[in-house]
Amino acid sequence: MSERSPASLFRLGPQPGEVLDRSQSFHFLWDGGSYPAFAGDTIAAALAASGVRVLSRSFKYHRPRGILTASFHDPGCMVQADGEPNVRAAHRRVKPAMDVAPQNVWPSLRFDVRSANRALGRFLTPGFYYKTFIKPQRLWPAYQKVLKRFAAGGRISAGSAHGYFDKRYAHPDVLVAGGGPAGMAAAVAAAEAGASVMLVEEEHDLGGHLRWGGSGELGVLAALRAAVTGQSGIEVLTDSAVTGRYDDNWVAVVQRGLSDVEERLIKARAGVVVVAPGLIERPYVFAGNDTPGVMLSTAVRRLVNLYAVRPGSRAVVLTANDEGDAAAADLERVGVEVAAVVDARRGGDVVRVRGGRSVERVELGDGTSVDCDLLVTAVGWTAPTALLNMAGDRPVYRPQAARFLPGADLAPNVLAAGGLAGDGSLDQLIEHARAVGQRAATGEGVIPDLEVRDHPALFGGRTHGIVDLSEDISSKDIVAAAREGYDSVELLKRFTTVTMGAAQGKLETVNAVAILAEATGRSIDETGTTMWRPPYVPITLGALAGRMFEPIRHSPMQPWHEAYGAVPLVAGEWIRPDHYGDPVAEVRNVRDNVGIIDVTPLGKLDLRGPDVPQLLNLLYVNKWSKLEIGAVRYGVMCAEDGVVLDDGVTGHLGPDHYLMSTTSSGAATVWEWAENWLQTAHRDWRVHVTPVTAAFASINVAGPNSRQLLSRVTTGVDLSPEAFPYMNVRTGSIAGVDGCVMWRIGFTGELSFEIHVPAGYGLHVWEALIDHGADLGVAPFGVEAQRIMRLEKGHAIVGQDTDGLTRGYSAAIDSLIKLDKDDFAGLPELSWQRQRGEYPMLVGLQPVDGSVVPAEASQIVEGNHIVGRITSSRWSPTLGRSICLGFVAPHLIDAGTVVTVQLPDRSRIEATVTPQLAHFDPAGVRLRG
Amino acid sequence: MILVPCPHCGPRNVAEFRHVGEAAARPDPASATPEQWRGYLYLRRNPAGPTTETWYHRAGCRAYFAAERHTVTNEFRRTWLPGEVAALAGGATEMGAGVDASGGQGSGGKST
Repeated sequence: MSERSPASLFRLGPQPGEVLDRSQSFHFLWDGGSYPAFAGDTIAAALAASGVRVLSRSFKYHRPRGILTASFHDPGCMVQADGEPNVRAAHRRVKPAMDVAPQNVWPSLRFDVRSANRALGRFLTPGFYYKTFIKPQRLWPAYQKVLKRFAAGGRISAGSAHGYFDKRYAHPDVLVAGGGPAGMAAAVAAAEAGASVMLVEEEHDLGGHLRWGGSGELGVLAALRAAVTGQSGIEVLTDSAVTGRYDDNWVAVVQRGLSDVEERLIKARAGVVVVAPGLIERPYVFAGNDTPGVMLSTAVRRLVNLYAVRPGSRAVVLTANDEGDAAAADLERVGVEVAAVVDARRGGDVVRVRGGRSVERVELGDGTSVDCDLLVTAVGWTAPTALLNMAGDRPVYRPQAARFLPGADLAPNVLAAGGLAGDGSLDQLIEHARAVGQRAATGEGVIPDLEVRDHPALFGGRTHGIVDLSEDISSKDIVAAAREGYDSVELLKRFTTVTMGAAQGKLETVNAVAILAEATGRSIDETGTTMWRPPYVPITLGALAGRMFEPIRHSPMQPWHEAYGAVPLVAGEWIRPDHYGDPVAEVRNVRDNVGIIDVTPLGKLDLRGPDVPQLLNLLYVNKWSKLEIGAVRYGVMCAEDGVVLDDGVTGHLGPDHYLMSTTSSGAATVWEWAENWLQTAHRDWRVHVTPVTAAFASINVAGPNSRQLLSRVTTGVDLSPEAFPYMNVRTGSIAGVDGCVMWRIGFTGELSFEIHVPAGYGLHVWEALIDHGADLGVAPFGVEAQRIMRLEKGHAIVGQDTDGLTRGYSAAIDSLIKLDKDDFAGLPELSWQRQRGEYPMLVGLQPVDGSVVPAEASQIVEGNHIVGRITSSRWSPTLGRSICLGFVAPHLIDAGTVVTVQLPDRSRIEATVTPQLAHFDPAGVRLRG
Repeated sequence: MILVPCPHCGPRNVAEFRHVGEAAARPDPASATPEQWRGYLYLRRNPAGPTTETWYHRAGCRAYFAAERHTVTNEFRRTWLPGEVAALAGGATEMGAGVDASGGQGSGGKST
């Protein structure tokens, strides 16, 4: 049969159930040629109508392949369409001018050089890559170049148009997976009983196997479709599939074929899941079973009845069931010569197919041969139990029926309907499905039993054939692997890669298990199957990712910073100004005049109640009972393992009223930590905690002129040093805004005031400070300048100068830790640390060569041993040299010790341990002015 | 994603919660030996079966509550708020404060 027959030679006249719209005809491209199609055609059907048989070359041996199942999972029907790789040609509808190309061929579909692999078959046995291409290692780049040429699959292009993908959340009472007769009946019954129903169907239309049936089935189909349409409460999704079922009926549905997005992932929490996927027809394994022209009975019935395509001219039909008989009848009806009907129920068998690119002759079990161009097989059904497996069920193999059926472990919120659950007449299956739908909606009702009919157990014939068409694994390979010792089904799968291809076992698993069982002398049930895992159908990475959604946080002053030229710093979710162009100049301006910095991300917790001091004593390592109203104290928090957790300043604002500050990255953690204690161990304490991080805009006004600047805009507070000493807090009005909290603290080491302004007025107050300070030299400064200044003062930053192993005493806060308190978080571990005595310590370090600024995290070494590391490092404009903080081992902590620092380029420098952490103004004179 | 039955809010997607950990009684810090204290910090029974644990409804009502959950089936047998001391087989267990202070930086807002 030539591949370029006259167009439409194999197109039939109108068929009763066809999905074509013959009023819309157009052309599309395939492999360089133009072919006709109707609206409704799939790519494969349109090509079959023109007699095109070879659609692809197989994965390893590059054997020509064509239509086998005519469904989504057809392994030989993967093509490249309009730049999209791995398109399922037997499912995707043709569009006018669509450009379709074969995949995995070189140089062409007709003549594929790599089919030479067939001659190398002996050397390309399963697992060959475990035994070859290993040595010598220096040839790996060459091996890779060669192997790349043989990689299967389509091509992706960096120039592809940007696609949009979506997510959606749904909460249906009942989710029905499968829109055949059972699925439709269950959906209608559930909706009638008042449930909200989501009905998901893989194909483009509801109906399942009814669509290619006779007039009786088409009548039932019309009635069921009308019932679905006429019943409110059913959302129908076609060209969509349930791809995973997770705990508590968390279900993933991939929705395709949409006009506005490429693909949508629906995450549904379903009350009850009804699994009604029908049965998947199974291929027969024999020599030549993958030749174009060998098709399953359902493929033939689809082509004839849905697409009005004559699948061949002269056919042999191997049938073991009613569907095979019906396929033979369909062929005769449309004028295909049925040369032989081989009844497997009476011992008939097919031994071999002859023909390279297409079926030419079939050898039968009785020794005769028949010339033909089409071989139809109908040897049995595979139950797609994947969703049941994912729900924890262990399906049971029934030898009489030659298929798996649901086991006894099905969760009560997962029900099976249709062919998956059992056999019967169409009416019986519909009645059963209605009862399932009723039960799904109401939790009540009796579900009738279904019989299980006998079916011959036919998996492989008497010759070796291809078991996995996607991976090119033959039955010979399976037997050989079993002989090599890979005799458990899970080992067999991984060693041979059988069932690991595009169909993921739907067409291969049972045959592979049956052949393995025979090769190892066990039953199918004893052999077992591999694990079914989601996704059940392919889903794009785009749909998994969805739309980008990254919220950011910024203070009310951020627009001002951007307008002023701030370079942004991303700190967790926050955007902050890192600097405004020259951080060194910003440092100098703060130390000489006055600077203002936006510190809004600083964590803030409002604490109210008579028992707040008890909470503070518990959370902090130091003492808080005697903190007077108007005073502020610095505290460090440790976790129960003694490791430094957070630090900050807390002020006593008024009776039973405190304001706690935390690090910006610790804001949420400390809040949860406090809530944990208050809700569980200390329910009796009267404390309310309110997070106010975003309720206040926070500004630090720092520098010798800060008091003067602030006094120009503040009313209600005496800012003089006598009235407002260091480490005190006041509330007052700034730039006309009442309720501002200000405290005198000194992270930068200068005279400074940290003001907390009700957030809505943050920008107003910021601008007021700028406006009123021109003659005082006011300028904004950013996080980088603040980092430099705090390092000059030796102020540690939790999480930078401490890590997950830094227990309290290692952070050089000896004077803060009050071991004589009754109980506080970290007490036992800190007291044991103190008792042990020897621990690494945070110290100040100055490189001997002050012009070298070691990279942070540079290791401190003794020979080849690591004895510490640099945690913070900057060049200090105030001192004109480099300064650091770092951890050193206990024997190196004394002032004056010279240590060796290894820089990232492996060079080494020396640095001296300073007497205290502060490099500048250790007495804090400037702070306390 | 399992459903967690919050005592206030009812069954909610587990993504809304922080699993604080298996409940463990906090020894008296004044008298505990290092071994006892570190047992409290780091050692848990971790059974394949029913376990008592603390949950925090981070993205909901923000309550800390205890739950008895079967670790193999994820079936929640019961939940209770602090103060409702549960009489379990073998004696009462009070819900202790979660040890893990570093869990949950609260920045879970990235995925849809």
